Amino acid sequence: MSFKYDFVKNRNLYFIISTLLTVIGIVFLLTAGLKLGIDFDSGSRVNIQSNETLTNESVEEEFKTLGLEPEAVVLAGKNDQANVSFKGALSKDEVVKINTHFEEKYGETPSISTVTPTVGRELAQNAFFAVLIASVGIIIYVAFRFEWSMAVASVVALLHDAFMIIAVFSIFRIEVDLPFIAAVLTIVGYSINDTIVTFDRIRENMKLEKVRTQEKLAEIVNRSIFETLGRSINTVLTVIIAAVALLIFGADSIRNFSIALLIGLTFGAYSSIFIASQLWYVMKSRQMKSKKTRPVEAEPEI
Amino acid sequence: MVKRSKIVIFFVVLIMFAALIGLTTEKIVKGTKLGLDLQGGFEVLYDVEPVKKGQKITQETLKSTVEALNSRINVLGVSEPEIQIEGDNRIRVQLAGVTDQNKARELLSTQAELTFRDVDDKVLLDGSDLEGNGAKQTFESQNNKPIVSLKLKDADKFAKITEEVLQRQPQGENIMVIWLDYEKGDSFREEQKKELAGKQPKYISAPYVNEKLTQKDVTISGQFSVEEAQSLAKILNAGALPVKLDEVYSTSVGAKFGEKALNETVFAGFIGIAVIFLFMLIFYRVPGIIAVITLSIYIWLILAIFYLMNGVLTLPGIAALILGVGMAVDANIITYERIKEELRSGKSVLSAFKAGNRRSFTTIFDANITTILAAAVLFAYGTSSVKGFALVLIISVLASFITAVFGTRLFLGLWVQSRVMDKKPGLFGVKESDIREL
Repeated sequence: MSFKYDFVKNRNLYFIISTLLTVIGIVFLLTAGLKLGIDFDSGSRVNIQSNETLTNESVEEEFKTLGLEPEAVVLAGKNDQANVSFKGALSKDEVVKINTHFEEKYGETPSISTVTPTVGRELAQNAFFAVLIASVGIIIYVAFRFEWSMAVASVVALLHDAFMIIAVFSIFRIEVDLPFIAAVLTIVGYSINDTIVTFDRIRENMKLEKVRTQEKLAEIVNRSIFETLGRSINTVLTVIIAAVALLIFGADSIRNFSIALLIGLTFGAYSSIFIASQLWYVMKSRQMKSKKTRPVEAEPEI
Repeated sequence: MVKRSKIVIFFVVLIMFAALIGLTTEKIVKGTKLGLDLQGGFEVLYDVEPVKKGQKITQETLKSTVEALNSRINVLGVSEPEIQIEGDNRIRVQLAGVTDQNKARELLSTQAELTFRDVDDKVLLDGSDLEGNGAKQTFESQNNKPIVSLKLKDADKFAKITEEVLQRQPQGENIMVIWLDYEKGDSFREEQKKELAGKQPKYISAPYVNEKLTQKDVTISGQFSVEEAQSLAKILNAGALPVKLDEVYSTSVGAKFGEKALNETVFAGFIGIAVIFLFMLIFYRVPGIIAVITLSIYIWLILAIFYLMNGVLTLPGIAALILGVGMAVDANIITYERIKEELRSGKSVLSAFKAGNRRSFTTIFDANITTILAAAVLFAYGTSSVKGFALVLIISVLASFITAVFGTRLFLGLWVQSRVMDKKPGLFGVKESDIREL
């Protein structure tokens, strides 16, 4: 390939970028937090489908006749849909009342969700711990099949990607709902897959040659990235195509899910090349240095 | 020399798969259960709480509550309810495709807590005083009106209570009010005014007690139709719930909403998959065609496995499936890129194909195993939707592995072995100028 780019040389730049993004993300999470959908917050959401054009006032008026005061009304579709949110959970009777009223009025049953905050939180917590346990599992497997430093690097990349989605959602105030958790989990699966493909090539190239100098190590990392670059770009393109299609044409309720996927996929592709591989390079070259000072100790073959 | 036989085998195998897919697709698509977010319906998550102080919620109580809910739903003929116990004190009820949501909701929220109260709403008797399976719909002997008869556990207790009611002063307060699902704030005196005004009161009936009754059999005569009396008796038998159910989460989706979400997402899927196919064809030429074939088989396989497992397809499930296509493409891309690399290094088509397959195998294997490992942990440890998602992920990774690795070996292998592609690296999307001499 004629075009050459030294990925390893610029590694500190990527580390700075990712650290910066992480810090910004943490600051946003600590100050602004996440915009929690009702799945994580106590509340109710009613989606109405009408056969006529709606306005905010007309929708509020309808709810007033039912003795209910919406917290917010957002029109959607061709202004024939309305997403109405309420503080607190609607009672069973109120839900029945709303269903009956709008069924009669517009001929279509609205969708209603009511939540007390504990359930969503429990699910998020559960997902969080599941990811942590899965990370430990991945470390063990990769350490066994590849090597310890690759295991650490791939898990750092994985957590990096998962965190970036959360950070972007916090910065841009995008609502976090239950499918969001599914999206983060998808990215966890995708990210590890992507990283392993690159590491696999590094492992292969390492076997072919005796690597004694840092320059040689850097060359191998660069070459491995280049050799898998075609695959990396094409794969991320195809999955992004799928995610964009979902975003543009998919149902409203999975819009945020698709956004989360898109962010995660982009970061996933970025982190395999610019974070995981570079991190491995740093760890490996340190290992080599310490080996040079103590030449007696043989490197364990994994 | 071109071996025609291999090409013939290719088309025979292809037609066999096409026939298999063509014959089964309709059944699979129609038979796959859709989640309530795709066909409308509702889902409620209950916190199970003790009815009385000191009562402990055990797995046994949860199980018997689920049974009670099940038989109660059966009373109203709702098909395929999903009722699961979650954790130590939760029950999740999912009713997809319910036509009359309000009715079904009412049915579940009806706790079937039958109480006998005095005029000041003080409890005299409740569900725990009733004999199990003792409720029956019968007819009043004098005027043939439908009534519900109950059996009490303790005749003496009833005697004591009727005596108490009998002695109430002033006159006219010797009434025993029978409530189904008395809610805090309900008041007999308020409801009585309604009844006097000719409206339906919230209580079932309020008979006068004119003598001390020492008996186990009690009848309730309200303004019932035969059906209503029957269903009340059934609900009382089925659902004298041993616990109190508190809604902590509920979501209901209108049928139109579900249908729309389904259509939109399936449409999005078609567009996404079509663009992916196009991309593969342009970028990888002949292997691209093979990829389109194996990916089509992949989609069919996933749906078939899902159908056979009796899985419920939800909106995030479809999204995961579409994304799964993207990930399945990855395995193809890894293999094809590897073959391209081998071709560029100057190998013949046949040996490049063999080397490419062999070398890409460990890559795909390790990458997929790691993903499955992560998914397996999520499945083992996660709850409800995390679990469901992990299952879809495991299935799709397995299916993509099988179709991409073995599908490519089979289909592309036949073309390579036929030798029509010999010395034509352009068919793999490799430029002649990029090929190094060996």
